[in-house]
Amino acid sequence: MKRLFNQKTSLLLTGALICMLLLSACVTSNSSSNSTSSNNSIPAGPIKIGVSLSLTGDDSADGQATQQGYDTWEAYVNNHGGLLGHQVQMVYYDDGTKTDQTRANYEKLITVDKVNFVVGPFNDPQTITGAEVALQHHMAFLEGIGTGPEVFSKGLTNLFAVSLSATGYFTSFVNYVLSLPPQIRPQTAAYATSDDAFTQPQIDHAQQLLEQGGIKTVLHEVYPAENADPTGPAQKVVNSHADVVLLGTIGLQDCQAHITTFIHQHYNPKLIIASAGPDQGDGFVKAVGGVKNTQGIIVPNDGWWPESKAYQNADFVQFITSKYKIASADISSDSVQAFSVGQVLQQALNQTQSLDNQKLLNVLRNGTFQSLQGPVGFDSTGQNKLAVAYLFQWQNGNLIPVFPQAQAMANVLFPKPNWATS
Amino acid sequence: MLGCRDTKKGRSVITTLILQGVVLGILSGGVYALMASGLTLVFGVLEIINIAQGILVILGAYLSYWLEQRFHIDLFLGLFITIPIMFALGVFIEWAFIRRLKWDRITLSILVTFAIAVIIEGALTYFFTGNLVILQTRYTQQSVYVPFINYYMPLIYIYAFILSVVLLLVLYFIVYRTSFGRCLRASMQNRTAASLIGINVPQVQAITFGLGTALAAAGGMVFGATNAFNPASSYDLISRLLVIIVLGGMGSLWGALAGSLLMIVISDVVVLAFNPLWSSTVFFIFLVVLLVFRPQGLFGKLEGRKQ
Repeated sequence: MKRLFNQKTSLLLTGALICMLLLSACVTSNSSSNSTSSNNSIPAGPIKIGVSLSLTGDDSADGQATQQGYDTWEAYVNNHGGLLGHQVQMVYYDDGTKTDQTRANYEKLITVDKVNFVVGPFNDPQTITGAEVALQHHMAFLEGIGTGPEVFSKGLTNLFAVSLSATGYFTSFVNYVLSLPPQIRPQTAAYATSDDAFTQPQIDHAQQLLEQGGIKTVLHEVYPAENADPTGPAQKVVNSHADVVLLGTIGLQDCQAHITTFIHQHYNPKLIIASAGPDQGDGFVKAVGGVKNTQGIIVPNDGWWPESKAYQNADFVQFITSKYKIASADISSDSVQAFSVGQVLQQALNQTQSLDNQKLLNVLRNGTFQSLQGPVGFDSTGQNKLAVAYLFQWQNGNLIPVFPQAQAMANVLFPKPNWATS
Repeated sequence: MLGCRDTKKGRSVITTLILQGVVLGILSGGVYALMASGLTLVFGVLEIINIAQGILVILGAYLSYWLEQRFHIDLFLGLFITIPIMFALGVFIEWAFIRRLKWDRITLSILVTFAIAVIIEGALTYFFTGNLVILQTRYTQQSVYVPFINYYMPLIYIYAFILSVVLLLVLYFIVYRTSFGRCLRASMQNRTAASLIGINVPQVQAITFGLGTALAAAGGMVFGATNAFNPASSYDLISRLLVIIVLGGMGSLWGALAGSLLMIVISDVVVLAFNPLWSSTVFFIFLVVLLVFRPQGLFGKLEGRKQ
């Protein structure tokens, strides 16, 4: 059979083909880059915002609550004239609580779906991954849930966390303790925390600050997060006889185990604060044996509660409770954080009047904004430097804000009353 | 001189912590023994691994919770209602699902009982939601002081331990001192031979599964009174129960008791005297070493079948 081309012609053709492919790749790259970084005009159609969420897998409950927050914001914005005059369209992909899938999802959102903006997922590892992908595409990455120290240590210059960073949760508690007159100020503190990426940094940071303030550490205990029954660690807290107990609990179960052990052992520290558990309302009351055993227990708060007077909060509560048929007490903090992301994005875009991610990055770096969780302004690592932790305390069957003074509904009950069974 | 006094004080503290760990471990271990005895009994007679035992324990806890919340029935008195209900449920499960397994029983039983667990978990989540609850009554918050180890012993743990001992003794009596027990042990040793000498093996199996499930009712009540729980608590529970019967020897009642006490005592002593992060590691090192030298567990299958 006669060959169509000789060897030389084949080589030339192949070379030409490679050159064409390279050129086309460059053009595609340029146009893609332009579409994300230099697009000043706003084309017709909805503004698409992409997010990868853990809708299945271990974190599915949180992922779905996060989606509810974004969906509520989308509905709210679209009901109020949209974003820059355009309707908002959220685009979701499920990562199955797998970080690898998060990477693939954000790549697809940016390169295939060509979303205008990307926002944050649930959990720290997914946040880091999502922000890395966005950075490669020169896009801003606003998020509300990834607040562990690891998130801010990666040099992700496009990342902006609208919520209080994890290390800041106990700061107000530390400030309160150190503000007490020396004659009544607690002298010793015990720290018990699960080895969870969210709770342990909170406790470690609080310990560091309290030690600097002269409060002696008599116990620092870390227990495995998967330990369903931390009665043993709780007993060590009892044996420490500390004046103040700081618990890095991940939920109601380990918090209940600590409180029940304290009650059994007639251990009455002057103050008890737990990172999670006391905020579970009626569930907490039942778990610890009634209202009498909740008196004086403190929980830190990231700045939001249903009755808060924060920016758009009344609208948010009304929208989400009617949309999902839930009570205001059942609104997840994940939903609050997701909605806050949308709020900040909207305010920033109102300043840029553009879909240009580079302009958005500049505004986010320098601006201040309002959210459900209070004021928002970012430091160089992307942490919200304006966020303040609140202290809520159980008093006579109600969980009420007690610190800082400006938002307090009552004074801190100090020292915590003895257990009713003591 | 001061250093010597400090050393003595340090030793005394460690001794107290170890003693506290042992006491806490024995009290909690009794509760786990009750839950694990049902699992090991079913394995011994039916030669199946009942993955649903964890959720059956939780079902028992929810039944006690419902009786207490709805009718204000005391947790221990409520067992007179929950134990027969759970026994009947166990007999039904054996008749409806387990008896149908004719070959490769161990493998298939894992799948079937897992399916049963998922169904029960779904139903519990539907009726009770996923919120954590705990069984509360006037004595669940009370404790008595033990001066020697400077420890307040929670009354509920003491009552639960007594209940566990009583029920395990009743079980022992049934298995070793009744004609049904002889049939049960014969079925454990050789089902074919037991059938040939006229024992109604399917009936023995159904009653045994019922007994195992009835024990879950009692185990569930004490578990629910000492731990906050929800339907998903069954996963952690079944993993612990399986470890206990592997350690004690599958099919052995004494193994379930010894395995429970060893596991919980080792874990609690390590937590109290050393570091909570090491408790699982130390226990599993112990388990692996034991299984290397004694693959059948402490009171392994052969030993268990001789009982």
